Amino acid sequence: MSEFKRPQDDGDFQVNFTQLKPLMNATEAYYESSRCLFCYDAPCIQACPTGIDIPLFIRQISTGNIDGAARTIYTSNHLGNICGKVCPTEVLCEGSCVYNHQDIKPIEIGRLQSHATTQAILADTKLFEKLPDNGKKVAVIGAGPAGISAACELRMLGYAVDVFDAKKHPSGLALYGTAPYKISNDDVLREMKYLEEQFGFKTHYSNRISTREEYDNLEKDYDAILLGIGLGGTRSIRIPGEDLTNCEGATEFIETLKLDHINANIGKKVVVIGGGNTAMDAASESARMGAEEVVLIYRRTKLEMPAYDFELDLAKGVGVSAKFNVQPVEVLGEDGKVVGIKCIRMKEDYGDLIPIPDSEFVIDCDVVIRATGQDKQRGLLDVLSIKYDKAGRIAVNEHFQSSQEKYFAAGDAVNGGAEVVNACAEAKQAARGIHAFLNDK
Amino acid sequence: MADLRSNLAGIKSPNPFWLASAPPTNSGYQIMKAFDAGWGGAVWKTLGVPVQNVSSRYGAVNYRDRRMVGFNNIELITDRPLADNLKEIEEVKKYFPDHAVIASLMVQSKEEWHQIVKDVQNAGCDGIELNFGCPHGMCERGMGSAVGQEPAVLQTITEWVMEVAKVPVIVKLTPNISDITEPAKAASAAKADAISLINTIQSIVGVDLDNLVPYPIVDGQSTNGGYCGPAVKPIALNMVKNCAQDPNVGLPISGIGGIETWKDAAEHILLGASNVQVCTAVMHYGFGIIREMTSGLEQYMNDKGFATIDDMVGKALPNVKKWENLNLHYKVVAEINEEKCIGCQLCYTACEDGAHQAIGLSGEEGNRVPFIIEDNCVGCNLCSLVCPVEECITMDRRDDGEKHDTWAARGERGEQPTTFNDKRAGGLHHWVPSVQDALKHRKS
Ligand SMILES: Cc1cc2nc3c(=O)[nH]c(=O)nc-3n(C[C@H](O)[C@H](O)[C@H](O)COP(=O)(O)OP(=O)(O)OC[C@H]3O[C@@H](n4cnc5c(N)ncnc54)[C@H](O)[C@@H]3O)c2cc1C
Ligand SMILES: Cc1cc2nc3c(=O)[nH]c(=O)nc-3n(C[C@H](O)[C@H](O)[C@H](O)COP(=O)(O)O)c2cc1C
Ligand code: SF4
Repeated sequence: MSEFKRPQDDGDFQVNFTQLKPLMNATEAYYESSRCLFCYDAPCIQACPTGIDIPLFIRQISTGNIDGAARTIYTSNHLGNICGKVCPTEVLCEGSCVYNHQDIKPIEIGRLQSHATTQAILADTKLFEKLPDNGKKVAVIGAGPAGISAACELRMLGYAVDVFDAKKHPSGLALYGTAPYKISNDDVLREMKYLEEQFGFKTHYSNRISTREEYDNLEKDYDAILLGIGLGGTRSIRIPGEDLTNCEGATEFIETLKLDHINANIGKKVVVIGGGNTAMDAASESARMGAEEVVLIYRRTKLEMPAYDFELDLAKGVGVSAKFNVQPVEVLGEDGKVVGIKCIRMKEDYGDLIPIPDSEFVIDCDVVIRATGQDKQRGLLDVLSIKYDKAGRIAVNEHFQSSQEKYFAAGDAVNGGAEVVNACAEAKQAARGIHAFLNDK
Repeated sequence: MADLRSNLAGIKSPNPFWLASAPPTNSGYQIMKAFDAGWGGAVWKTLGVPVQNVSSRYGAVNYRDRRMVGFNNIELITDRPLADNLKEIEEVKKYFPDHAVIASLMVQSKEEWHQIVKDVQNAGCDGIELNFGCPHGMCERGMGSAVGQEPAVLQTITEWVMEVAKVPVIVKLTPNISDITEPAKAASAAKADAISLINTIQSIVGVDLDNLVPYPIVDGQSTNGGYCGPAVKPIALNMVKNCAQDPNVGLPISGIGGIETWKDAAEHILLGASNVQVCTAVMHYGFGIIREMTSGLEQYMNDKGFATIDDMVGKALPNVKKWENLNLHYKVVAEINEEKCIGCQLCYTACEDGAHQAIGLSGEEGNRVPFIIEDNCVGCNLCSLVCPVEECITMDRRDDGEKHDTWAARGERGEQPTTFNDKRAGGLHHWVPSVQDALKHRKS
């Protein structure tokens, strides 16, 4: 099989991971923006979690007001450029475009959004006036989409902001997680730099804040603390053989791929366990890295699979095959390394998923990737005595304030794992929540 | 930051964007919504004599997939009672004291004009616009464009109005006339405070080919309507420019006609309009388009360093000359960027059949990029206009910029060519293929 050659250098890597939504040139943007109908009460605005005034920015592009377009986008969404590339627009803005009802291609909103914001970033256009400092300080834990969006919004409101992140680079899973054919690392970091310079928050990388003592100090120094800590590592599925060499968690595999491109752990034959978007990404990525065969296994039916249809299609398009109603039982190994995976077929029994007796079979493979969901950061939340629900999601009120009044939270840590754009939307509200809280006191 | 506030002959508004007198200003309800959306002013749908409107009132010109690039209507002035309108004017002014509310008027006798001017002033309007422009229906009754086409009558009626007017008076002109400055000068002579233009252009937008009736159709029949929308902007811009350049007009101008984006507004202003009015674009997209207009105009003013609207007014006028004053030595030729060319050859056929046979084809297999035959190129622009690729065909300057001569200056020096054999005559220098060359293109 193998449509892709194993990349030997970064150039090969870029070829295998060409951008699915490449930048538009000016003519393309002009034509595309001219198609927009400028709907009243536009469904695309409603479909965007950050509520960007999409018809407005598109009309601004078509009238040559690129700065205005970028301002319209950034006013609602601080990660406007990243979102234009990584958002699942098929199910958000573009999915709601009224042209779909006419069987006409919807407006390419994501690419138009990237077009306008890229120009603002490249020209380093100052879009917002800095507000006078209000003398208050907020600490943001996590420089992911949630943390950075909150930092921008808080700076707009006049707060001094310090952002801490355990990792070396900002943007969280936008950098360490999103598929390389959606956005390049350079693009992600370029927007991060633009925002940091534009809004002037201070960043402290390689700086994990996890002990009670560290938080006690923060509580003394800051008026409020925002948790944008995301989720943890890949959750264990508790089957024998999980700790064999070459049996990896999906987020861990993807992180290496993203940072160290050609040195990611690619086998000849890869089995990916799971039915979410991360599973689709890991499978697509393995195929593009030149694995000879990639098989997805999911324990329920295709209809029940949580991944978006277009993500499965994307994986299938690069040669991934999928088996449904199949559950892994054991990862098989020799000399401590993966040599296969034993599975069993499943069926629905009055709402319960049960194994079909004697239906075990083995798939030979040399790499197993577990895309079986991420753990929550319960440990840290316990240290802070912050309440969370059964699924480990931080419990917040409508202002995104947690059970500890000084702590607010947004993003994956609150919603349990959604998209970049959701983290941005929540973080903006959380920042406003902090503002309301500090001004009510 | 640019200041968008506007002042037309003493009528102030938070920005230069007004709704033109038309269906979007039919009621206080609409005008209040518009002000909330960001519009700076509104000219009320024309008030006047009792009328009755017909059903089916509009027609449109669609160009390929684009709807309503031109729009026409056979609607008359308001058919709502005057008293209701007066009450609503008063109410709108109560909620929006800083926005401009202009009463558009159209009646017949001197007594009627005096009365209605007093009525709308009592209601609290900030200005009055005299509708001398409606080109259908009302003109058959001796009003609207029937007045606008007779400068003497226009002057008389405007003088009646000025006798009782306490707020600024704007005279709205019809474009259905050969020299727009004539009625403009009449308005000036009558001491009006400003002019606005253009009203709609007499038109027929199309014919129903099955039933042999023009649009819009009223029970199997039709009548000429008034044309407006994006298609009329060029006509409006020229008329605005003519009025702005004529020292005998000398009145502030409210520019109307084909304005849909900030760019259209900027063009009107640069050619002499102090503010602008919009009708069709709002009928197409609603009040919400104002978001794009104000943001775009403000960005442009910031980029160009215009601090106020007044800084901008008429700034393109010094660059609009009579033809006879253009530099005859200026020479541009077309240049095709081979990297950008996509090989449609539209430029080739446009120049070959529609211009000066100055573009050639290589004839090589697989090479569809045309080339310019510089000796034949007169620099007309046609190829660059038909080219679908941005910046692919550019017009490059060839003269050294040192020499300047005009037809008028030649006349003064007695050097205008009088025979075709004169080497100063233009056509002599142009190469034309022989008649027989046409036969080479025959496909036998
Ligand atoms: C494989 C994968 C692919 C994805 N693809 C897409 C996609 O294509 N499109 C899309 O919209 N979304 C995608 N997502 C989801 C998206 O990335 C997340 O929803 C989003 O990044 C959540 O943002 P966040 O800020 O809440 O958390 P994160 O992005 O996880 O950021 C949390 C940050 O907090 C830091 N942190 C955590 N704890 C501490 C601590 N104690 N001290 C200091 N720092 C700490 C972490 O280092 C991290 O940088 C994907 C997710 C994954 C896993
Ligand atoms: C349906 C319709 C009704 C109009 N009614 C009036 C009117 O009552 N009084 C008036 O002065 N102009 C009237 N006009 C003309 C407009 O005010 C405006 O001058 C013209 O439409 C050009 O502007 P536009 O290109 O933005 O539409 C009307 C136009 C339309 C389309
Ligand atoms: S726009 Fe349509 S619904 Fe509204 S009055 Fe006209 S014909 Fe009737």
